[in-house]
Amino acid sequence: MESVSIGKSVSELHELLVHKDISSAELTKAYIDRIQAVDPDLQAYLTVLEDEAMAQAAEVDQKIAQGEALKPLEGIPMALKDNMCTEGIRTSCASKMLENFVPPYNATVTNRLRAAGTILLGKLNMDEFAMGSSTENSYFTKTRNPWNLECVPGGSSGGSAVAVAGDEAAFTLGSDTGGSIRQPAAFCGVVGMKPTYGAVSRLGLIAFASSLDQIGPFTKTVRDNALVMNAIAGYDALDSTSVPYETPDYTKFLVNDIKGLKIGIPREYFGEGIDPDVAKGIKAGIQTLIDLGAEVAECSLPHTEYAIPAYYLIATAEASSNLARYDGVRYGYRADSNDVLGMFKKTRAEGFGQEVKRRIMLGTYALSSGYYDAYYLKAQKVRTLIKQDFDKAFEKFDVLLSPTAPTPAFKFGEKSADPLAMYLSDITTVPINLAGIPAISIPAGFVNGLPIGMQLMGKAFGEGALYRVAYTFEQNTNYHSLKPNLSGEVLTCGSR
Amino acid sequence: MSISREDVEYVAALARLELTEQETQEYTEQLNSILGYAAMLERLDTTDVLPTAHAVPLHNVLREDQVRPSINHEKALKNAPDGEEGFFRVPKISLT
Repeated sequence: MESVSIGKSVSELHELLVHKDISSAELTKAYIDRIQAVDPDLQAYLTVLEDEAMAQAAEVDQKIAQGEALKPLEGIPMALKDNMCTEGIRTSCASKMLENFVPPYNATVTNRLRAAGTILLGKLNMDEFAMGSSTENSYFTKTRNPWNLECVPGGSSGGSAVAVAGDEAAFTLGSDTGGSIRQPAAFCGVVGMKPTYGAVSRLGLIAFASSLDQIGPFTKTVRDNALVMNAIAGYDALDSTSVPYETPDYTKFLVNDIKGLKIGIPREYFGEGIDPDVAKGIKAGIQTLIDLGAEVAECSLPHTEYAIPAYYLIATAEASSNLARYDGVRYGYRADSNDVLGMFKKTRAEGFGQEVKRRIMLGTYALSSGYYDAYYLKAQKVRTLIKQDFDKAFEKFDVLLSPTAPTPAFKFGEKSADPLAMYLSDITTVPINLAGIPAISIPAGFVNGLPIGMQLMGKAFGEGALYRVAYTFEQNTNYHSLKPNLSGEVLTCGSR
Repeated sequence: MSISREDVEYVAALARLELTEQETQEYTEQLNSILGYAAMLERLDTTDVLPTAHAVPLHNVLREDQVRPSINHEKALKNAPDGEEGFFRVPKISLT
């Protein structure tokens, strides 16, 4: 059964289910078998829910048997990053702090995907509390890149990217605070969308930096991505930052035509620090879009270099406040101590990993009396300038285009010793979160046998234009249809 | 602006983090390196620039104050490391 179903797109699987070529139970079992076969190598999953998934699939099969029409995602097996709450199912944030945390409620996205009829296969590995760019900061395990097991999958949604790239789920959700959907999507050769801030409810997403966090889909194809967005986007009264707007049918933007569309190429995204081979690959992709009729011109986002310091001050300040709740009282890990202050300090010292503590320290410092104006307030003002750069660019262009990440996937341990070096690798993704706009990463070629991603950025609530360009590019290239060889052959990072 | 070991110890106390000797040393170095890099923000004149807290304008969200069901005591306490008779139990609160 595996050979006929695994590896297909959501829309193909939907057709198989509608035509009764396969049952949801057979499909779900095929994914469970696949997880058992490849996850010992890939380590994408923290929790696999075989019994629950099979029970959900049986419900869908009953509907099919009764002749009910299937919704686009009904009966489709998927998985969630382990920072999205699932009632009765452990949600760990890949942290010792939440190792045994079982949420009493569902995230809104969990409820919406359940209502859409999807099958939850399990929960996926990530950097602890979504802080990291390689998934090496997980308390539990190291997720490996399916294209090369010696390389990181990117992060923080590494498990979500790998599960799709390695055919361990038909689609997944991740979260993106500074690139955590787009960068792993690029590193693993899949499609990853960070929607506009406020487009998808954050209720039940364990908070990292509340003004930047946004949930979005990982898929094999652009069409699948639009289908998942249709299911998860939209106003939620329970999230006060959710924006009340009428969600379009995102699939209506899937037209193979970009004639006359204006695409801007910000020169700052091709400068210092960008691997020349990555820049070359993305420029080849730009030529493809020109050949397809897009009007392409260079532009400038002059404050780009200031985005990294502004981002790391704002994100850590918000994190230090959000993570103050982990005190060992109401839920999570608790260390023994005979007084309460000692209990707080030991609980947090033992429950958090190094990167989380480093960011709490940085954020607490940036917010502390005497430094607030110099760091946090200054960063918020620079955020305004970065946002204005984008506003100005979108007066002239429909979409902006860049590499998703400066390099292809790097080796385990290569950057983990130097936090600043790891932070600098986020230069192409963090400005987007500061501006609150949507951006998608799509497969755009290979460097040294590793996938690279093309990032398309749009106006707030301009996901449609991104899907149109992404779909057109995909229909005229074949990068998305190439698959990693998971037969066990290990390639070396950086070797040609 | 450089960060001293004492600064790190002070911030750790604010953040309720007990640091080891090694962590104190490492964080002193790393915070200096990261904030040294962040000093580039000073090059920008932001005198007349308003700060952005959220990229999307936020408004107060109000609703009628109606009684609705919520999670019960048992569920709310289920994840608590220690609890008794509907309460969270904590070690003694000392004044030091």
